[in-house]
Amino acid sequence: MPKSLFEKVWEAHTVRELSAGQTQLLIGAHLIHEVTSPQAFGMLRELGLKVRVPERTFATVDHIVPTDERAEPFSDALADAMIKELRRNCEEFGVTYFDIASGRQGIVHVVGPEQGITQPGTTIACGDSHTSTHGAFGTIAFGIGTSQVRDVLATQTMAISKPKLRRINVDGELPPGVYAKDVILYIIRKLGVKGGTGFAYEYGGEVFDRFNMEERMTVCNMSIEGGARVGYVNPDEKTFEYLKGRPYCPKGKAWDEAVERWRDLASDSDCEYDDVVNFRAEDISPSVTWGITPGQGVFIDETIPDPDQVDESQCDSIIEALEHMKLKPGAPIKGTPINVAFLGSCTNARLTDFQEVARYLKGRKVAPGVKAIAVPGSMGVGRICEELGIDRVFRDAGFEWRGAGCSMCLAMNPDKLEGDQLCASSSNRNFKGRQGSPIGRTILMSPLMVAAAAVTGEVSDAREVFGVGSPNLVEV
Amino acid sequence: MALEKITNISGKAVYVPGDDIDTDRIIPARFMKCITFDGLGEFAFYDVRKNEDGSDKPHPLNDPRRSDASILLSGSNFGCGSSREHAPQALHKAGFRGIVAESYAEIFFGNSTTLGIPCFSASPEIIREIAAAIEADPDAVVELDVENTTIRCGDKTYPGELRESARGALLSGKWDPIAELLEGVDQVEETARKLGYVG
Ligand code: SF4
Repeated sequence: MPKSLFEKVWEAHTVRELSAGQTQLLIGAHLIHEVTSPQAFGMLRELGLKVRVPERTFATVDHIVPTDERAEPFSDALADAMIKELRRNCEEFGVTYFDIASGRQGIVHVVGPEQGITQPGTTIACGDSHTSTHGAFGTIAFGIGTSQVRDVLATQTMAISKPKLRRINVDGELPPGVYAKDVILYIIRKLGVKGGTGFAYEYGGEVFDRFNMEERMTVCNMSIEGGARVGYVNPDEKTFEYLKGRPYCPKGKAWDEAVERWRDLASDSDCEYDDVVNFRAEDISPSVTWGITPGQGVFIDETIPDPDQVDESQCDSIIEALEHMKLKPGAPIKGTPINVAFLGSCTNARLTDFQEVARYLKGRKVAPGVKAIAVPGSMGVGRICEELGIDRVFRDAGFEWRGAGCSMCLAMNPDKLEGDQLCASSSNRNFKGRQGSPIGRTILMSPLMVAAAAVTGEVSDAREVFGVGSPNLVEV
Repeated sequence: MALEKITNISGKAVYVPGDDIDTDRIIPARFMKCITFDGLGEFAFYDVRKNEDGSDKPHPLNDPRRSDASILLSGSNFGCGSSREHAPQALHKAGFRGIVAESYAEIFFGNSTTLGIPCFSASPEIIREIAAAIEADPDAVVELDVENTTIRCGDKTYPGELRESARGALLSGKWDPIAELLEGVDQVEETARKLGYVG
């Protein structure tokens, strides 16, 4: 019988059915960070349990690390206590820990693929909802809560109900200046922030075939913003090429054998899905959010919704969003003044994100009064950018070039919005208060759109600002 | 590790209206700088309850008549966003033992069930009707019957929904799956070996 990748991986990792009807599912690799793990280790101690497979458990520190003064002890005593706790837990339980001294530290969803821990056909769990990112490799990856972190630590398995499977095709060719971020913002806007509840998403079609691995990660990353806990792309030659030679990938003959196996993983062409949705790439434009959920988005040349013009069911949430965002109904979103530009997060802080922006940013300057920060997703990404001189382009433009971490994506470190500052952000969540100030405001967009906003001081169309796709490209 | 069988939750209720209430709203990230879950209760919904100077904003959770509420009513896609278990932990520590909402984000639903908090779904009309009833009589008791997945308020009984795996787990006292997962170790070993995960 033809099977989807999801089905193949789920079956292979099923240990047994549990009495309440859930599946006991084996986890191939468990990733850990400092915020959602300390209580789980505490529970292990209370129960007198060990980490069952420490060699398949990897930790890093990302949410609380400062991106400027990175030496320990951190000036924030609570953050310092958390990093000490993580180190203690890793030492006591024998877990590999990518700390700052290792040079491999970074956002957990950047580090996993970078180290080659994320591999096709395996399962990954992490106490973090953006674990779906790893699906870009044909991995089935779940964000889990802290009690489940405990379960995976203790048993290398977890209890989970099998989701349904939805295939999302994006065919055709993306217009110039339209990026993976725009694709996922579009999908979320079309299917809704809860449209994916109960589903795993399989992304495919010509656009995904052409996407590089980092673009695929951007889309899979935000599956959860559409309600889907799992999102993945079938692995192909690009997947194998990206992984080849990475530290935790098999080597030599074992590599060839692994690739052989991985080639059989992709969904069979005639497999069944519970649902199929088709989109056209040509319909997608550079997108920005105007509200307080990732589904509240428009194309850059559209206007902010007017609660008087929509049906009643949406009215309250639009009013609430516009009140928080201090935006005018019916006005164009383009031209909205910004205070901060943030280029970072597990959605968009990989090498190709910085490379693409640097192509256009060269010779340009951040607008006066705008605070612009660029935060690589991992120390590895930062190092390569520095070797290639990409950091110089950002610094010369007036961006602060920082050390790796989650930074202003959720502002658990010192990088925070103040008051009602408005931030043009390449991250994934525009919830109220997400970037550290309860009244702070976030507009989500692609990295190049963040750069355009930084340069003009207002929400702008990157295609105009940088002449993307035009014959008289401003690129220097 | 026998757990209590959860068949029935009852108590006063509070209605926090709105759709897509995310876990950042339920517990803002800055309160997650902690290594235990203790003390999270007082920070539940902090930024919508408090002004920057710490004084109270008008909010249902600040209503003294509801200070001992143990059932939370809300809208659709409740608990979306971050997977932080700090969210249901904060609600539990703030005294909530059951939730009734139109729908839930999946990770939040699972996290809550693992803490023994039944998450009932109900239609918007039912939720509005119960909200009106507790508005009229703040002492009205709302009762979640896990066995029959019904919601009682006053002399009315409404149909609720609860995913069968959660219902079964709560009723049989297996809502925290750790004991059962540990029982499966031999099979775990076997599956891992088959997949080449060993060694
Ligand atoms: S970058 Fe943001 S979304 Fe990603 S793991 Fe860090 S805090 Fe979570």
